[in-house]
Amino acid sequence: MSDFLQFEDVSKHYGAVKAVDHVSLSVKQGEFFSLLGPSGCGKTTLLRILAGFEQPDTGRVLLGGEDVTDLPPYERKVNTIFQSYALFPHLSVWDNIAFGLKVAKRPKKEIQSEVEAMLALIQMEDQAWKKPDQISGGQKQRVAIARALVNKPRVLLLDEPLAALDLKLRQRMLIELDLIHDEVGITFLYVTHDQGEAMSLSDRIAVMQAGKIEQLGTPAEIYEAPRSSFVAAFIGDTNFFDGVVAEPLEKHTVLDGFLSVAVDRDYSRLKIEDFPDLECFNDKQIRQGEHVFLSIRPEKFRISREKPEGRPHLNILEGGVEDVIYLGSQTKYWVRVGDYRISVIRQHSRYLLDEKPIRWNERVWLSWHADDGFMLEKYSEQDEALLQPPPEEVGETSEPGAGAS
Amino acid sequence: MKAGARTRLAEWLVTLPSFVWLGVLFLVPTVLVFAITFKPATPFGGIGEGWTLDTLRTLGNPNYPAILWRTIRLSMLATGGCILLATPMAYYMARAGAAWRRWLLLLVVLPFWTSSLVRIFAWKVLLHPEGMLKQALVWLGLAGPDAMLLYNENAVLLVMVYTELPFAILPIYAAAEKFDFRLIEAAKDLGASSFRAFRSVFLPGIRVGLLTAFLMVFIPSLGSYVIPDIVGGPTSEMVGNKIAQRTFVDRNLPHAAGLSAILAVAVLAPLLAIASLRRRESPRDALREEGV
Repeated sequence: MSDFLQFEDVSKHYGAVKAVDHVSLSVKQGEFFSLLGPSGCGKTTLLRILAGFEQPDTGRVLLGGEDVTDLPPYERKVNTIFQSYALFPHLSVWDNIAFGLKVAKRPKKEIQSEVEAMLALIQMEDQAWKKPDQISGGQKQRVAIARALVNKPRVLLLDEPLAALDLKLRQRMLIELDLIHDEVGITFLYVTHDQGEAMSLSDRIAVMQAGKIEQLGTPAEIYEAPRSSFVAAFIGDTNFFDGVVAEPLEKHTVLDGFLSVAVDRDYSRLKIEDFPDLECFNDKQIRQGEHVFLSIRPEKFRISREKPEGRPHLNILEGGVEDVIYLGSQTKYWVRVGDYRISVIRQHSRYLLDEKPIRWNERVWLSWHADDGFMLEKYSEQDEALLQPPPEEVGETSEPGAGAS
Repeated sequence: MKAGARTRLAEWLVTLPSFVWLGVLFLVPTVLVFAITFKPATPFGGIGEGWTLDTLRTLGNPNYPAILWRTIRLSMLATGGCILLATPMAYYMARAGAAWRRWLLLLVVLPFWTSSLVRIFAWKVLLHPEGMLKQALVWLGLAGPDAMLLYNENAVLLVMVYTELPFAILPIYAAAEKFDFRLIEAAKDLGASSFRAFRSVFLPGIRVGLLTAFLMVFIPSLGSYVIPDIVGGPTSEMVGNKIAQRTFVDRNLPHAAGLSAILAVAVLAPLLAIASLRRRESPRDALREEGV
């Protein structure tokens, strides 16, 4: 079960470009699995290798324990939903859906009933005889899904299927895709550059970058515990602080009435220029003296006018509010601390009844628990080109995290 | 309403030159050709007074059905051969890289730089019993020393295909170039073999190009007379040869006009058939506008 679909050490080069670089990956049966990454990260190539449109240079692809690496596309029990839908323009909706069954020479009666069942699933029974250019984008999308699903593929491949739709339709199709996945129980392999789509649909996500898998996990794992600065910045919004790892914390425990002091390897002190020493969760056992990025998500901060009481593992910073954006369900603050403009999101429950709302130019206190900050290796130059720097101006639209927060 | 009337007037004014052109240079001559069929011939190659059905009677020449059938058959075969050769070529050209594609296009139109008469005559040299092609085939053992490559139907067909091929490649290529080749991938993804994808997705996708190619090759082929005249023999005469013979040798214009009329009907029949097919499709187009 656990090794239903496997990529084993798969590589693919285009000239000097490594599109896919020794990727190993396994997908469970029935899983909604996403390949997420910026354009050019190799996610589509990986999908095309599974579909059979590309041959890997090395490695193999196993489907249900069977090696399918050398099979042509038409002999694989996988079907693809293309970004452009690729509906056959000369065929009606009905004939588009029936195409795979006709090619497989299934009996006429069976084709009839299967196609009708699919039309019912996508709720387009009354549009069956229209041609693709007579139906809307969302309907085309649904026909493409039906055309693939009617063949009962073992894996359904979706190549940025929502990219061509407008926002409202995208949100609706997102829900429909989720419902269809629940209904048919087929393994979905979903390729996207939109972290919002991947987050809301997937059981597991593989974040890809430069042909490699950067991190693999559930949406929550990836969002809450990013393993690299690339993942932290690509998935959701975050604040990066440039720091140097200092000594580990001491653990004070009372044992048989005696106070014992031990080195706590889980937490380290972190030195950041102009900041007081911070305490930080050190899950990756980063050694003392290493330069790291401390990543803290905007919603992990607590912002208050009064200085919070000190508690173990609580970090406290003082800063000035530079900008405030009221977003309805939450408010976004930009707080200046030293060289950093820190983005903070605060969910408010009783905005007007609460204490007087924080305004700009006020002195505030930011606090967060050591567990909510992650020390990550600094990202490479290549990553830097892919990621925008934290916005300098209020209202800048290039916020990679808008979809997930 | 007034604005609508003015627009209609403007449309008429714009289309008028084409109508005049078609009327004077196409419709009137065609009617004249049909009319001359019913005029008597004069011994000096002119057209006499009055009306007669004499020509119609002589058109019942027992040789003519065979010649007409041969004309249609050779034209169909040449058209089929051209489309059969042009389709894979156009597919390949559409998939080729931009630079290579330009060279291939140049190669396709290159023959037009030489007079077609010269090119047809060149075939006579090639196919001649002493010619290179014949000698090569004999040397390879593919043809007997007495085999005749020239002056028969096969030679006519071969040269017709050769001459008309660019007229088939160009429209099919124009259609193939616009074809979305991702559809081939989609078909294969749905279980279709390469051939099935080609047949069920590519061919329907370029059907307008195929139709144009059919007309562009079939119609000129029906009227061809230079090719059978040069590389054909007495057993491969086509209607065009007979028309030329009646005009230049027998000086019997009404008879030539009668043959032309028969040929014109042979050309118009497929055109009208296609037009009516198109008309049958048009209600769906009306529905399409509603759907959008």
